[in-house]
Amino acid sequence: MVAVHSGVPTRSPSGSGQLQLGDAEVDRLFRALADATRRDILVQTCNGDLSVSALARRYPMSLTAVQKHVAVLESAGLVRRDRRGRESIVKTRPDTLATARAVLDALEVQWRDRLERFGEALAPEQQDADQPAADQQGAQP
Amino acid sequence: MTVTSVEKDLEAATLTVVAEYPATLDQVWALWADPRKLERWWGPPTYPATVTDHDLRPGGMVRYYMTGPEGDRHGGGWRILEVHEPTRLVLEDHFENDDGTENTDLPRSSMEVSIEEVDSGVRMTIASRFASPEDMARVLEMGMEEGIKSALGQTDDLLGADRG
Repeated sequence: MVAVHSGVPTRSPSGSGQLQLGDAEVDRLFRALADATRRDILVQTCNGDLSVSALARRYPMSLTAVQKHVAVLESAGLVRRDRRGRESIVKTRPDTLATARAVLDALEVQWRDRLERFGEALAPEQQDADQPAADQQGAQP
Repeated sequence: MTVTSVEKDLEAATLTVVAEYPATLDQVWALWADPRKLERWWGPPTYPATVTDHDLRPGGMVRYYMTGPEGDRHGGGWRILEVHEPTRLVLEDHFENDDGTENTDLPRSSMEVSIEEVDSGVRMTIASRFASPEDMARVLEMGMEEGIKSALGQTDDLLGADRG
């Protein structure tokens, strides 16, 4: 089994308990997604490649500001930039491994949140179990 | 911190998460076995889940839909493969078409849930596996907008992101 640490595949012993160093990748993903402009850039490029200048026309900010947003998305592995003449074209990453990583990272975000909610949903169960036996039949074990 | 480990295997297209809770096996199992409890954690606050069918037996189905902020509904379901109450659950997760039938064009994933007692309570391990990296790529291509949007609903809340 190959575990991915900081983007470099390494052989590692299998088994749970090892904390995934892909936390840095997840952090980059969070940061990339935590901005409305970057989320919009992502949605636009999902529908097709776009030049940075075409993207920039959508937002009330400088071209430089848009380029910075694109750079953050790129470092999170969500898009890549290709030069085409004088233009910089933004496209979603077609590479399967990068795609798989992005999907797994997104899945991880989803599962971390789900598992937190799972813990919160457990709390009422435990309150019931901790209730004094006043209204229960029989002796407590 | 609830989640104690996350492992990603790109070639096997698998994500394995492990969480530990100060609870009993039965308490943890109840959150899968009771549809009203399942609804409390399966979907995020921005896309809450409603469970419409719940038959947790081999060959049985669990069906649900998520409701988006504009009232949009996204249906999904589980085909239950194995059940060993209260320690093991194996299922196949799929998307549904608008008419409620299973969408067989879209990729499916399988989930293996293992629940065991540990000193601190219960350890729950969930292995989520796509049929292939290509299936994962398809999920990204066609679901990225939806998936990202629903995941973003959570990050909005979590990170207090600015709204454009």
